[in-house]
Amino acid sequence: MNAPSPVPTSPAGASGAVRSARQSSALRTDWLKKFEPFFISLGAVLAAMLLFGVFLAIDGLNPIDVYEEMFRGAFGTWFSFQNTLQRSAPLMLTALCTALPAHLGLVVIGGEGALVVGGVAAAVAGLSLPHASPYVVLTCMLFAGAGAGGLWIGLVGAMRAYRGVNETISSLLMSYIAIALMNHLVEGALRDPESLNKPATRHIGEANMLGPMPGLDVHWGLFYGVIACLVAYVLMRRTVFGFAAQMTGGNLRAALLSGLRVRHLMVFSCFLAGAAAGTAGMVEVAAVHGRANASLVAGYGYTGILVAFVARQNPLGVIPVALLLGGIGASGGLLQRNFNLPDASVNVLQGILFMVILLSETLYGRLDIWKFARRAAANKSAEAGAVA
Amino acid sequence: MSAGLGNWGVPVAVLAGAIRVSTPFIFVSLGECITERSGRVNLGLEGTLVMGAMVGYGTSYLSGSPWLGVFAAGLMGVLLGALHGLLCSRPRVNDVAVGIGLMLFGSGLAFFLGKPLIQPTAPRLPAIPFGFWSDSSQVADALRVNALFLIGVVLAPLVSFALRRTRWGLIVRTVGESAEAARAMGYDVNRVRTLATMAGGFLAGVGGSFLSLFYPGSWNEGLSSGQGLMAVALVIFARWDPIRCLYASLLFGGASALGPALQAVGVTKGYYLFNAAPYALTLLIMVLSSSATRTSADQPAELTVAR
Repeated sequence: MNAPSPVPTSPAGASGAVRSARQSSALRTDWLKKFEPFFISLGAVLAAMLLFGVFLAIDGLNPIDVYEEMFRGAFGTWFSFQNTLQRSAPLMLTALCTALPAHLGLVVIGGEGALVVGGVAAAVAGLSLPHASPYVVLTCMLFAGAGAGGLWIGLVGAMRAYRGVNETISSLLMSYIAIALMNHLVEGALRDPESLNKPATRHIGEANMLGPMPGLDVHWGLFYGVIACLVAYVLMRRTVFGFAAQMTGGNLRAALLSGLRVRHLMVFSCFLAGAAAGTAGMVEVAAVHGRANASLVAGYGYTGILVAFVARQNPLGVIPVALLLGGIGASGGLLQRNFNLPDASVNVLQGILFMVILLSETLYGRLDIWKFARRAAANKSAEAGAVA
Repeated sequence: MSAGLGNWGVPVAVLAGAIRVSTPFIFVSLGECITERSGRVNLGLEGTLVMGAMVGYGTSYLSGSPWLGVFAAGLMGVLLGALHGLLCSRPRVNDVAVGIGLMLFGSGLAFFLGKPLIQPTAPRLPAIPFGFWSDSSQVADALRVNALFLIGVVLAPLVSFALRRTRWGLIVRTVGESAEAARAMGYDVNRVRTLATMAGGFLAGVGGSFLSLFYPGSWNEGLSSGQGLMAVALVIFARWDPIRCLYASLLFGGASALGPALQAVGVTKGYYLFNAAPYALTLLIMVLSSSATRTSADQPAELTVAR
């Protein structure tokens, strides 16, 4: 068929144009794939803020005022930003507690429990070394906290791997048990007789406290959090272990058929996850409270779940998301004072954000705007090629 | 008062607890049972429970009628169930994760909206004194049964009958066993599941209203401590059978009452540990009743929670 075409085309020019269009579209797809999670997450955060704004407006408040105040309370001044940093440190660590097992397809939500157990273990370790130097004390506290938290969630992983117990439910039940255990210990065997209306362990001693980082008013816990996220990223994306873990999460049967020791992988990654949350408990004891008591149950574990989901279980993504949610948490007090909002309003915002993020999962690979843009660009370059 | 019973007070109090504490367990587990038989898990019933408690209390306070409060709590549960169902009907949205989100969202919203309800006292649900024949105030107290408990006890065989012997039950079970078969028969899988989640939400909301309107009988932020979640675990333990859900709820109610009962007779040592008994019991039962290599024959095949 030799239908006369309206535009005279040279075969070479046409195929060249098609090729370049294909190349550029491939490039764009790569670029899109890389940043798709970022844009979708960002869009979800904005959508959640919009919904919460409607909620505030129904409550008779001007959402813009509230958000302005929140920004000021979270990132507006150097002081408030340091407060945000301080709060984001435990969030990074508890988020890893959900994000690491998620690579194997496990949904662990027991970060709160591992944090509490880690905090108590760290306090016990700190108190049992009265004459050691602060460095020794802190190192022992770190190992005790991480180890106890690791064993706690490691047990969840073992129950899953060897008995098929659903890890989501068991890890949350373990949190309640951990809190009961802590209450039992600080009311009994570990109680400081001087702590009257708020039972606590004895203080680990001012000399042993985890101090601020040089030049900052933020304790070293932030450093632990960032390092843990970086290590987790390298472990999960750049090592054989991480590859095996992701393979297990992607297709359990294929992983079993190729001889991976799936049970060991499950238990070990749960151990690492718990160790991260246990470190958060150690940081809370060593840098903030100085002793283990009910203040450890501050909801960091639950906010950590949200951080992990917003970051799409990517350990590197955890860092900025923890900053964002730490900022929201830090501004909560200001909202209470200036707008007379209940302290639960932060929880409402977090809840809305959680739902929107989960809903946004359905958008992946379906961003039609991009498809249109790509098609338009392909047409254009084809035309350009044709003209040339 | 308790002198007449001495240490017998413990089993009596555990029995009383089994009746009193178990009621929310019965409702939530029956609701979750319906939802899970349709092939979906709603972990958010913890949030529904708290939200139901708040709405029930608020409605009872404003209208003066506790039964209206129970109904309003159920409606709230339907709304939250619809939210869960609709979100999960979108492709690639994970029901377990939505449940976690709903748990945080429900309790956050309940604390936010329920702030003004902490002070006032709302009219509570009446109790039926079945213990009138006893001279012991403890026995009489233990047998002061709430009508919701009786409704729950009657509801269990009804749900069982509905699931097994009615057309609706058959559709729900078909969807839960094989989405493809149900689709081939012309049923809208997502719609059936959403409706099943809404029905489950209604029951969980009613269970929540029991918390604020009968026992403990007031609204505060520490009202629910994982009962909604334990009820989900309990459904697995009861192997998706409504009648067994009832028995398991009674067992859990008794376990939850152990700590306070021992404290009442003067055993204060290990109070917190006894309070952890129901969680530990749930965990133990899950370890004993699950298996790593085979799935229970009673499990709906479309369900992911107990892989």
